[in-house]
Amino acid sequence: MTILIDKKNQVTEKIQPKGFLRYFSFSLDHKVIGIQYLVCGFLFYLVGGTLASAIRIELTSPMSDFMPRDVYNQVLTLHGTIMIFLWIVPVVNGAFGNYLIPFYVGARDMAFPRLNAVAFWLIPPSGLMLITSYFIDGAAQAGWTAYPPLSITTPQSGQIVWILSVLLLGGSSIFGGINFIATILKLRRPGLKLMQLPMYCWAMLGTSILVVLSTPVLAGTLILLSFDIVANTGFFNPVLGGNVVVYQHLFWFYSHPAVYIMVLPAFGLVSEILPIHCRKPLFGYKTMVFSIMGIVVLGLVVWAHHMFTSGTPPWMRLFFTIATAFIAVPTGIKFFNWVATMWGGKISINSAMLFSCGFIINFVFGGITGVALAQVPFDIHVHDTYFVVAHFHYIVYGGSVFVIFSSIYHWFPKVTGKLLDEKLGILHFALTFIGFNLCFAPQHWLGLNGMPRRVAEYDPQFQFVNQISSLGALFMAISTIPFLINIFLSVKNGKKAGDNPWGALTPEWLTSSPPPVENWKGEAPLVTEPYGYGIDTTDN
Amino acid sequence: MLSKSSYLIFIISGVIGISFWIGFNVNLLPTEASINAPIYDELFKILFIIGLILFIGMSLLVVYSLFKFRKRKGQIGDGIALEGNLKLEIIWTVIPSIIVLVVGLYSYNIYDRMGGMNELNHDHSLMGNNSEKIWAGISQSNNNLGLIDTNIEVSAMQFAFLFNYPKGDFISGELHVPVNKEISVKMESKDVIHAFWIPEFRIKQDIIPGQPTVLNFTPTKVGKYPIICAELCGPYHGGMRASIIVEEQSDYEDWFNQNKKDELIA
Repeated sequence: MTILIDKKNQVTEKIQPKGFLRYFSFSLDHKVIGIQYLVCGFLFYLVGGTLASAIRIELTSPMSDFMPRDVYNQVLTLHGTIMIFLWIVPVVNGAFGNYLIPFYVGARDMAFPRLNAVAFWLIPPSGLMLITSYFIDGAAQAGWTAYPPLSITTPQSGQIVWILSVLLLGGSSIFGGINFIATILKLRRPGLKLMQLPMYCWAMLGTSILVVLSTPVLAGTLILLSFDIVANTGFFNPVLGGNVVVYQHLFWFYSHPAVYIMVLPAFGLVSEILPIHCRKPLFGYKTMVFSIMGIVVLGLVVWAHHMFTSGTPPWMRLFFTIATAFIAVPTGIKFFNWVATMWGGKISINSAMLFSCGFIINFVFGGITGVALAQVPFDIHVHDTYFVVAHFHYIVYGGSVFVIFSSIYHWFPKVTGKLLDEKLGILHFALTFIGFNLCFAPQHWLGLNGMPRRVAEYDPQFQFVNQISSLGALFMAISTIPFLINIFLSVKNGKKAGDNPWGALTPEWLTSSPPPVENWKGEAPLVTEPYGYGIDTTDN
Repeated sequence: MLSKSSYLIFIISGVIGISFWIGFNVNLLPTEASINAPIYDELFKILFIIGLILFIGMSLLVVYSLFKFRKRKGQIGDGIALEGNLKLEIIWTVIPSIIVLVVGLYSYNIYDRMGGMNELNHDHSLMGNNSEKIWAGISQSNNNLGLIDTNIEVSAMQFAFLFNYPKGDFISGELHVPVNKEISVKMESKDVIHAFWIPEFRIKQDIIPGQPTVLNFTPTKVGKYPIICAELCGPYHGGMRASIIVEEQSDYEDWFNQNKKDELIA
């Protein structure tokens, strides 16, 4: 029997190229696919970041003078779409999910390795298609929300390419979601109970449920929108009797959960990083699990808070206010639990830890403005202004992207067997944290005082504050330089990390770094206490 | 040497004190120029203070823990093996729930005072057409028919607002209104979705093609304020602005009489 299995393994190893080349192959290894997601996502992040810089350059002056107005709208549409669908969603889910989940459940790969590879390989072509549409006939220019009738009346080829590419990315996301649910529920090592799983598994289970429930709604909506564009149907076209507000309901039914698809995995990753660097158990495991599931349920019934000025009836506004504000409760629990995890620990202050703490501070700020935005009367004034832009970036950049960087510092030794340089890492953190807050904090004031979002020109009284914001963006752009230098130097001549440089107890650290193809040389270890720090201090 | 709990009380009251001071002394909002504005600013102030307390408190906790519990040189071993504390966890579930609920009810009250909960008449006076369903924006009064002083029709198109005064049968590119009178605007879009936003009035309403919307407001301060389109509507979206000129009743009447169609004077 064992001989048979070995033969099978040899066959797969023959098919799959080794070394650097395997990252360009249709590899079925979950670790290779995870890295493919991460590197591919980061390349798109650089593109999206370049577009963001172009926006901030345009906004240093109140006149529209850096690029033509329609190009500006294409740039902001591409920026939003790339950052959401090609950077944050694939990285917090696909990259870390693929790399870590099989380790955490004690499996040798994901449940459906081929589906997994397909899910990844849908991303590069759809991303490239989206970007090249700019050079052919102009990219989509109706914003990443693509509200009709604007999306129906702007140049059609760009909009159709946008729809097609988001559909493919949505498909990739659904494939990934199904795979994660199956892996977490069905591939657990015998003897490992659900309530013994590391928190990231719970976060990914919750996220995948959201992905599977809500992404098909977006797909359906975009297909109807494409019919309106190419076949002259009237689903959302008011000239033909369609209803534009229906589109908004359908769109936000996906796109609000999409925010949780971007932040729940980040919550899970922080829950893995903090206990290890604080040398303490994760505080309140059970309440963490319940609050993740609470966020999943509530996250599905809050979408209309994006539509408080769209003419929704008063009772609907009230319901969505209360539901939205209540998300603060399970979210708050998680933040209190993390601070309690730090309390009384022996904290190593390193880049991973600093980025995680930066995340807590930024996200608390974004969460507070979020509760304010949930209140209808508050929202009516600031809806569609820079206040919302600032809030959103505090959640997805100050939240998710900070966690992505924290995770890269934390798991780099696992993937490469080498440590990242701490001095460059701390410089990277300082530049990012200062730049980020300098860029986005002033935007709250801009929104409150009358600057709408998605504009290329604005009232000259806002010029100074916009320039401060652009200066912050410059810091953020510069901050990627030490990061990239650090990655390239450390991959080549980084300090040897050893198998478990952080002294961690979660299963991915209980194998060699980098891990072998099938994750463990022998049987997968049974880890029932992934956060068992401090219980026996001599045994490490 | 003070005891631990008196330090704690000192710090908590310090955070609350600073938050209140900032909340009352730092003004982040533009001029108040409508009945809605002071109501909005009251809500803003409360949310701002609560937000500051939570944000400063949490940030201090994170920075303090990071400093106080940092691993010293030569230290080995783990922290305390604390896996949870049911009492604490219940406290930080219940207290935020209460805060959220109170804030929600309070903002409901604010919204009601702004007129948001009033059922708008489906037959908007002057434009009265019973079959037409008009969607709610904000309405100051319960009964539009008797109390509205001035009715104006707004049409939005790429990239301009036009203001039609049905009483005078003329169209203007500027919105002139008398001060301290309730104004009702009925808005329709000719092409894509636009929005009607006056920051100094703290009101906004989308203008939706195929679906008229209504917004009622009462200006309280004479002056000229911007009307801004807040919904991405095409390349010149950033330039889609108009002005609202709030003037004394007599000035408004002069302007109105100058512009209205001649045959209506007789």
